[in-house]
Amino acid sequence: MAELAMREAYGRALAEYGGRDLRVVALDVDTSASTLSSYFAARFPERFFNVGIAEPCMVDVAAGLALGGYLPFINGFASILSLRALEQIRTCLCYARTNVKIAASYAGISDFKDGATHYSITDLANVRALPEMTVIVPADAEEAAAWVPIVAEHDGPVYLRISRAGALPVYQAGETLQIGRGRCLRPGGDLTLVATGAMVGRCAAAAGQLSALGIDARLLEIHTLKPLDRDLLLQATEETGALVTAEEHNIIGGLGSAVAETLSAGRPAPLERVGIQDRFCPTGRDLDRLMDVCGLSVAEIVAAAKRVLERKDR
Amino acid sequence: MSTLTPEKIIELEETARLLRVDSLRLIHRRGAGHPGGALSAAEIMAVLFFHALRIDPARPDWEARDRFILSKGHSSAVYYAALTRRGYFPAAELETWGEPDCPHQGHPDRLKTPGVDMTSGLLGHGVALGSGLALAARLSELSYRTWVLLGDGESQGGIVWEGAMTAAKYRLAGLTAILDYNNVQLDGPVHQVMPLEPLADKWLACGWHVLEVNGHSVRELAEAFDLAGQVHDRPTVILARTTKGRGVSFMENQSYWHGNVPGAEQLRQALTELGEVDHG
Repeated sequence: MAELAMREAYGRALAEYGGRDLRVVALDVDTSASTLSSYFAARFPERFFNVGIAEPCMVDVAAGLALGGYLPFINGFASILSLRALEQIRTCLCYARTNVKIAASYAGISDFKDGATHYSITDLANVRALPEMTVIVPADAEEAAAWVPIVAEHDGPVYLRISRAGALPVYQAGETLQIGRGRCLRPGGDLTLVATGAMVGRCAAAAGQLSALGIDARLLEIHTLKPLDRDLLLQATEETGALVTAEEHNIIGGLGSAVAETLSAGRPAPLERVGIQDRFCPTGRDLDRLMDVCGLSVAEIVAAAKRVLERKDR
Repeated sequence: MSTLTPEKIIELEETARLLRVDSLRLIHRRGAGHPGGALSAAEIMAVLFFHALRIDPARPDWEARDRFILSKGHSSAVYYAALTRRGYFPAAELETWGEPDCPHQGHPDRLKTPGVDMTSGLLGHGVALGSGLALAARLSELSYRTWVLLGDGESQGGIVWEGAMTAAKYRLAGLTAILDYNNVQLDGPVHQVMPLEPLADKWLACGWHVLEVNGHSVRELAEAFDLAGQVHDRPTVILARTTKGRGVSFMENQSYWHGNVPGAEQLRQALTELGEVDHG
């Protein structure tokens, strides 16, 4: 893949931001060479703490550092952070409202060589259900970097989902990003594609294919899964009457669920959910093909769009 | 090393007695709580809050204050008793303890109770949290100490040892853990539920400075707290040998009293044994 990896952009951005705000400390769990918190560690060794392979401990140590006035970014694999360390995240970050940022790397199925143990397909469900948590899913490397200062300056715990890999580019440096405000990347009146993370670029490709078929798809990027941009979603529902969600995550508990919750309470409309269909995914040789195999292909989005349009017309 | 004057010893012993009385009254009135571990920790809390901690109740957010984490958060009754007697908030606020409109929660909540440095409840967090605070003290060049009160049962959980390794790696001499070693947990004696011994060896192996004291001797506790402050290359753990339910004959060493509430007659008997003449 030619694109810059999201973790690479994140790692560089964290190191850069660490030079601007001396309160920033970074922690890792023997994965700094993978998460690329190593850039920060190399520049600011006195503000970097490697606690070994002990994610729950990292969360609590970070909470202590936050109580002492520092601004911790904790780095590790999304799969372990969102499962093994979830109690620490809930109790010591969310309930105790400590200002700790979670950079959850290797998210989704981006660690394609390592398989289902390392995939993180329920993390959004887990952290989205926590009161006080803000959940951010960048769409590409450039955007991941742009989120670092925003997340740092937000008061409260944030879950920042970082892919091991790159993604089809969608974000231009300098474009405005605001927590809780989705972005309309393409106008359209026939249906709305609602995407997060690496699926935003794939949805843009799908919108192009749909356009060639005479179908005018709107594209919304929902980078903030929580708090969700309810107004943008309900407006799109009002104006297009059908939606397809797309996420590199189980269809249970993530973006599709969040949108369904919003629609059912606001303005119900036909909805199709593209994502991992509640199963464990195999290892792969390359991520693009693995995503296709796991139900995340552009063709899958196009097919879902056609299905939802049939339901809309009924 | 400072030693306690005879007058101070008597004063701290009386404070510990009052913390026991307060704890049982609070638990009885609320109809919920954990008496056994509150009674075992009374001297530890008395010496911390009325002698060792560098704190100022008028300034609970004072940057340079010592930090205290009640890792065994279920001993909230004795914590609240210490905080109210130390002047952090009026004891009257606890009259509705347990009601939804009472700010003070079943377990300590840093956002709701002045003087509570960190929220706790589910066990195991204290040493790792304390390591983070001790790191912050070092980074910010503040001289405060971080104190963590652990239960023995919670030491069965792995995260305690993850935190212990972290504190040792970073040589966090500013961190002192006190283990309320009453040897009784919810389901029975600790050595039956999951043996911890040799516990001092475990902490030594993790790279900690280890002290063992009688946890009901205010003098021994105060000396151990001083000694911990004189070690500059390692964190200290103080294994404080205590008796669960200490001071109330029918509660002592009984796992039943880990989390059960004394009725009116039991409270009356307990307060009598604790030297309360007026049971009002």
